[in-house]
Amino acid sequence: MSVPPPPKKNPLERTRAPQLPPQTRSRAALGLSVAAAEGRFALQHCAECGTVQYPPRDACVSCLSHDLRWRDTDPKGKVLAQTTVRISATVYFRERGDWRVGMVQLDAGPSVVCHLHKDTPPDAPVRLINRLDRAGQSVLIALPHDSPYSLKDDPQLQTMTSAPRHRRILITDGRNPNAPALARALIKAGAASVFVGEAETWLPSPQRAALEDMDGVSLLPLDVTDTRSVKTLAAELGGKTDILINNARFMRPGGVLARGDTTFAAQEMEVNYLGLMRLAQAFGPAMCGRTAGGDNSAVAWVNILSVYALSNDPAYGCYAASHAAARSLTQNMRADFAGAGLRVMNAYVGPTDDAWHDPLPPPKVAAGALARSIVGGLEDGLEDVFCGDVAQDFITRYRENPDITEREMTALGGNQ
Amino acid sequence: MSTTTLENLAGDLASGTVRLVDLTHTLDPDFPVIILPPEFGQCARFRMEEVSAYDHRGPAWKWHNLTLNEHTGTHFDAPAHWVSGRDLPNNTVDEIPAEVFIGPVVVIDCSAGAAADDDFELTPAVIAAHEAKHGEIPPDAWVLMRTDWSTRRGAAYLNMQEDGPHSPGPTPEAIRFLIDQRNIRGFGTETVGTDAGQGAHYTPPYPAHFYLHGAGKYGLQCLCNLDQLPPTGAILIAPPLKIRNGTGSPLRVMALVP
Repeated sequence: MSVPPPPKKNPLERTRAPQLPPQTRSRAALGLSVAAAEGRFALQHCAECGTVQYPPRDACVSCLSHDLRWRDTDPKGKVLAQTTVRISATVYFRERGDWRVGMVQLDAGPSVVCHLHKDTPPDAPVRLINRLDRAGQSVLIALPHDSPYSLKDDPQLQTMTSAPRHRRILITDGRNPNAPALARALIKAGAASVFVGEAETWLPSPQRAALEDMDGVSLLPLDVTDTRSVKTLAAELGGKTDILINNARFMRPGGVLARGDTTFAAQEMEVNYLGLMRLAQAFGPAMCGRTAGGDNSAVAWVNILSVYALSNDPAYGCYAASHAAARSLTQNMRADFAGAGLRVMNAYVGPTDDAWHDPLPPPKVAAGALARSIVGGLEDGLEDVFCGDVAQDFITRYRENPDITEREMTALGGNQ
Repeated sequence: MSTTTLENLAGDLASGTVRLVDLTHTLDPDFPVIILPPEFGQCARFRMEEVSAYDHRGPAWKWHNLTLNEHTGTHFDAPAHWVSGRDLPNNTVDEIPAEVFIGPVVVIDCSAGAAADDDFELTPAVIAAHEAKHGEIPPDAWVLMRTDWSTRRGAAYLNMQEDGPHSPGPTPEAIRFLIDQRNIRGFGTETVGTDAGQGAHYTPPYPAHFYLHGAGKYGLQCLCNLDQLPPTGAILIAPPLKIRNGTGSPLRVMALVP
């Protein structure tokens, strides 16, 4: 059974005000949400006695140690009990009907209360996944043990995802070489329509023909450096944009001494930072205003960021600096969009396979791989996606020690 | 005497005997600018950011911050714009004597040729044909190349192809003739530059820029309404902004037409 396309909204009905599931978590419990943002199932492991514990606490339940480490954990377990919640005092749950919940005994030790996927039989082996709910907080979901699952096919659990199916999606930059691959992947994932912005229609666009040939794709004028253009498109489309994917990018190689002026750096800030801000100011309020319409609603905002936003790559130093600014702005957007439950997903990439990275050796992120990562991230409702080997290796090293990573990137003469 | 001249002019303007023709495109974010290979610095597009609009950002006033290049929209080129003119005296817009901003203008009609050929060339022969009909170009005059290119919109304006833009312009010989034989004040076009779209392939590359500015002459480009000017007898008004060391400037270009 799959979820049918949402009916068109009855224009006589008021657009539902956004409601969120309970948001409050302890500081200790936020570790679960950090893991959920990347779709990882992690629990606290006591470094002293090895106890795995849930729910998260400030000290080990077994030995009172404070040395608790968040580690990816074996998600296998067994359903001990299940029930269906039909009445709730929380408005969010009341609006969304029955919720199937249960208690699962994990092989790793603790037992947890969690959502049950509709295909989870009673008393069967299950595996848990850790995902973000609309409040951006971690919830645990039990799935059938071995079979492939799909959150988007479960009416209750699909609220955890930002799946492109049946959604109307705006890709902001049709001039980016990755635009056709993104549009193709979204259509394949079931998007109802894909709008693609195109700047400077007075210049030829190498992508235009490919985009025009795709069913369900429309090209519209949009230039993220032009406030009026952004506002105009937001006035037309802001109220029907379910997912916005900002792929607008300006980049030139080189660091602070490469040119001795600020011309390219200014353009990088204009597109990569201020462009994002213009989009957020123009589309953000309209999207935040319609996050509560069930499957006919705004669900996600996607940014494609250089992984060197986290720590500068001197070979592309000014570009990385503009992405550091953009990344900081996405944190601001997360805070501002949180009340509406509009998810901000950042897809981090290393060097991409395009003309500006020609001199670099592989691996480079192909547009198709980036598109798959973004669609996968949306289907899993993630907030942080690291696409490709370079970005994944980088984030692993960065998390181990950001200061050492900075020295690897700078003192040792740049990346690799 | 001069008082009488100006009084007559005021009367003629009021009565419509002398018309004022606006030769300027509207500064608009979507108006094309010259495009260079992407590894070079680029001409900034025209952008306008609202600072306030009778609101909490400024209750009783509306105003904008502008971003643009000296060479965005209808604009003036000073000799300092090109390497050939970099060492000349008074080669920037703030130093050019103001007298040159008003003067006689000759319009060479290339509209039929440009309609038939995107790469139409203004050659000495075309100039000779013009002079045979309308008289010799007087010294110190502005010369404008009318192509009706300004009626093109969108992608048709730059007419960018895989081998670069295609738009009409002068040959090196024509520009040399206008400078050496006619001692013109400046040269203006309806296209994005004073040179042809394929002007990079002449010797020297971009001959209008190279020779005009090397000789201390001025350029005007992105003009419109040249079809409303007579071949001779009009007065051009083209004062650029007074920008310290400016190599050019967006401006309002007008003509007084008898």
